Amino acid sequence: MRESATFNRNAIAEIQRAARTGVYDIRGWGAKRPLPHFDDLLFLGASMSRYPLEGYRESCGTDVVLGGRNASSPIHIDIPVTIAGMSFGALSAQAKEALGRGASAMGTSTTTGDGGMTPEERGQSQHLVYQYLPSRYGMNPDDLRRADAIEIVLGQGAKPGGGGMLLGQKINSRVAKMRTLPEGIDQRSACRHPDWTGPDDLTIKIQELREITDWEKPIYVKVGASRTYYDVKLAVHAGADVVVVDGMQGGTAATQDVFIENVGIPTLAAIPQAVQALQELGVHRQGATGVQLIVSGGIRTGADVAKALALGADAVAIGTAALIALGDNDPRWNAEYEALGSAAGFYDDFQDGRDPAGITTQDPALAARLDPIEGGRRLANYLRVLTMEAQTIARACGKAHVTHLEPEDLVAITIEAAAMARVPLAGTSWIPGS
Amino acid sequence: MDAMTFDLGAERLRDVNRTLHRLKNGRARLKNPNGKHSVAAGLRSPLSVVVNGHCGYYAAGMNQLADVIIEGNAGVGVAENMMSGSVRVHGNASQSAGATAHGGLLVITGDAAARCGISMKGADIVVGGSIGHMSAFMAQAGRLVVRGDAGEALGDSIYEARLYVRGKVASLGADCIAKDMLAEHHTELRDLLDRAGFPDDDTADYTRYGSARQLYHFNAGNEY
Repeated sequence: MRESATFNRNAIAEIQRAARTGVYDIRGWGAKRPLPHFDDLLFLGASMSRYPLEGYRESCGTDVVLGGRNASSPIHIDIPVTIAGMSFGALSAQAKEALGRGASAMGTSTTTGDGGMTPEERGQSQHLVYQYLPSRYGMNPDDLRRADAIEIVLGQGAKPGGGGMLLGQKINSRVAKMRTLPEGIDQRSACRHPDWTGPDDLTIKIQELREITDWEKPIYVKVGASRTYYDVKLAVHAGADVVVVDGMQGGTAATQDVFIENVGIPTLAAIPQAVQALQELGVHRQGATGVQLIVSGGIRTGADVAKALALGADAVAIGTAALIALGDNDPRWNAEYEALGSAAGFYDDFQDGRDPAGITTQDPALAARLDPIEGGRRLANYLRVLTMEAQTIARACGKAHVTHLEPEDLVAITIEAAAMARVPLAGTSWIPGS
Repeated sequence: MDAMTFDLGAERLRDVNRTLHRLKNGRARLKNPNGKHSVAAGLRSPLSVVVNGHCGYYAAGMNQLADVIIEGNAGVGVAENMMSGSVRVHGNASQSAGATAHGGLLVITGDAAARCGISMKGADIVVGGSIGHMSAFMAQAGRLVVRGDAGEALGDSIYEARLYVRGKVASLGADCIAKDMLAEHHTELRDLLDRAGFPDDDTADYTRYGSARQLYHFNAGNEY
């Protein structure tokens, strides 16, 4: 037997599924296709020409200040790993609380999502970023003032150009009330902001948000990675204090599979474009007067954190990995995953509301399976490991702060990664395209 | 109590707004807005504020409790995301008037441009003249009253907002249909017109529009 490379098992199964059901596939998670990624980069540790720091005792800073350009109260986080925006609705209230607990334990920020701010999340989050989305579900100026920063969302990596989805099985009475929607409907969030239509308007919108919050809050602008160089330039021109770039490996709670896999660009390709834009505007790594870059989409390890920082990010954001740390796809639920037609390690039906781990659900019985305190402890552990791993690499490269890592510390092991990341192919001085 | 007077031609907008944010009640008059953006944005107390002149974008944005009168035209997004209180524009309004507003009353004595009431979530909007295209797009809750005509694609993808139009509708958007005027609708429309300052209108001249609720659940036929 010979399997077709074009009509492989996945392609055949999808054709059969489409023919059987007549609807497109909606799922969670981010892009699953193989992509050039941080795995294709390696660090050049110190040796004769570079001086390393002692691996455990010597100081290697990890803190980052975000949003000092215009805001009177910038955010000072202790580690360069933040929690990405995920909505109450997509996630249970317990999961949101656990994210807040874990992030706060490590002195970093977490982020609301479509649907507004919950008391559980605000109460447990030392630094809470309030997302300002096209739908404006639950958008409340009191919450705007309660937030520590505001993130204007133009898009996300899993679906640049697409709005959110929340299927009816997750629209219970609390979610419906927060979003001013009928219970049980299949909800589509708007993909365009309702009261501004371009970068010039965005400038005025940012000014309005500053006026309403008395110029206290840092304002982030989040884009899904696509035309990243131009998007970042326009965001900075519009007045963003922080730009968040989410690559196509970034997760979603519910999006069409065809969208996830075919729209947007990999995180690795987006970072150098964003950094170039910031450098050309003179705001990259400029301290309080600069614009900070947060990168998300496929961060799993401290090595990924270190590589993103070396390429020019000031911090990263994690979403999918944070859910896994809470207990998503845990093998202890394998029998239930299999009953849903999936398996531990493969489960991505976040849209379905039947998550055995109690994270991507509004079912009270399932949601009760996640203890927010234990979940928060697990997330804090994971964040601690990410940070220590990034410090380990930074010290090996002779850096006294993780944000001192630089592209010069990196090489690529594939031509594609070298071209996207704009670092040399290992053993050469060749950067394709430069 | 005399009104506090602020001259936006001479004082920084952010200082004026910050002062207004800290007032618990009272009256204020803002002179010379000269098309500035975000005039009287973010008010959160039962103030009475009069703006003498034309405003730019987001005038009285996210208003809470305050009663704001704009004696002139208003730019994009007047009273956007209003939560409560009232905003009255004695003139015309640009695009996205009352966008995403959750509560309160927005009255525009003249015309409103495109996307009036877009994604509205519970506010009441009364427009003395006509409104532009794509108004009440994805409107979730609240009432929009139009004494003149409505542009194309009225109420596209509408949820549970109720629309009352006296004049012609150029076209209806996806899933928006004309509905019967029952007694309860005449009553609420009467109340809205009276509160907005149009007591002489006959509610029998209006047509009600709302959601056909055919897009509430995904299926092969309603994806677009």
